[in-house]
Amino acid sequence: MSDEKVGAEKAGDDKSERLVGIVLVSHSAQVAASVAELALGLAGGGTAVPVAAAGGTEAGGLGTSAELIAAAAAAVDRGAGVAVLTDLGSAVLTVKALLAEGDELPDNTRLVDAPFVEGTVAAVVTAATGADLAAVEAAAAEAYTYRKV
Amino acid sequence: MLDADFFRRWMTATAAAVDREAERLTALDSPIGDADHGSNLQRGFNAVTAAVEKESPQTPGAVLMLAGRQLISTVGGASGPLYGTLLRRTGKALGEAGEVSEDQFAQALRAGVDAVMALGGAAPGDKTMIDALVPAVDALGDGFTAARAAAEEGALATTPLQARKGRASYLGERSIGHQDPGATSSALLIAGLVEANGE
Repeated sequence: MSDEKVGAEKAGDDKSERLVGIVLVSHSAQVAASVAELALGLAGGGTAVPVAAAGGTEAGGLGTSAELIAAAAAAVDRGAGVAVLTDLGSAVLTVKALLAEGDELPDNTRLVDAPFVEGTVAAVVTAATGADLAAVEAAAAEAYTYRKV
Repeated sequence: MLDADFFRRWMTATAAAVDREAERLTALDSPIGDADHGSNLQRGFNAVTAAVEKESPQTPGAVLMLAGRQLISTVGGASGPLYGTLLRRTGKALGEAGEVSEDQFAQALRAGVDAVMALGGAAPGDKTMIDALVPAVDALGDGFTAARAAAEEGALATTPLQARKGRASYLGERSIGHQDPGATSSALLIAGLVEANGE
């Protein structure tokens, strides 16, 4: 069900198996998928970072689906942790509720406090270097300090 | 004492009330929200009654844990994780006992309400479901009917408030003058207790 996008996966490369996974949760399926595409594109076509979009409801409407989030997190888990970025409202609350459950998301899954687009680009680029979850989280959060004027 | 049957009746009564009031909840959600509160909760509580019927959980805690799980997965809006957390945390606090006293339930529900406040970051006066739930829990010591009256009063009292949480908070002062949909549906949930108790 989840829309997983992975750059050139290097078969048999152990390092690529240990990259931090990224899950994008938006009220809109198109927004989540497009931000994934944007971040992977900006990270360079060759990145093996597993990124999955969990946008909208299962019926295809605007909203949040716990099932899509859980499936996306499972799909990108390579054992190095999963960073979840969200837009707002129910996306944030659903991820927090799933984390509170304890067994709904892979071990070492974190909700990252970051702006959705800029934070995702920073997270994917950082994850592509083989950085650990804390470094990915810090890079995404730092996107808040990027001022435009 | 309250047994699993009581909690199953609570969920059924709440689902029926949400069905009955869905249009009104959505209408309240139109000026200050995204006009989906009634239909979202309807989908959620229909899933709750279906799951409770199918899996027939045997303890009060198990009924509420299952119900909360259904709400988190099926509602699709912020009320899903919020109501889901309310019921699951309440259920967890009830443990595995086959029956619980009204006092135990009141304590467990308070733990559930506290968890909702922690999850959503809302406090009393923010024009949210908390404004119905906190007075209800405070009044629960005087019985379910008192809790229902307190929840309904709390929901009505959200009308003059300015929203400080959720989508309605973007409206600033324009959120004043509308009754909060979440506080209104919370009052339906609390009213379900009276019905489940056959009062």
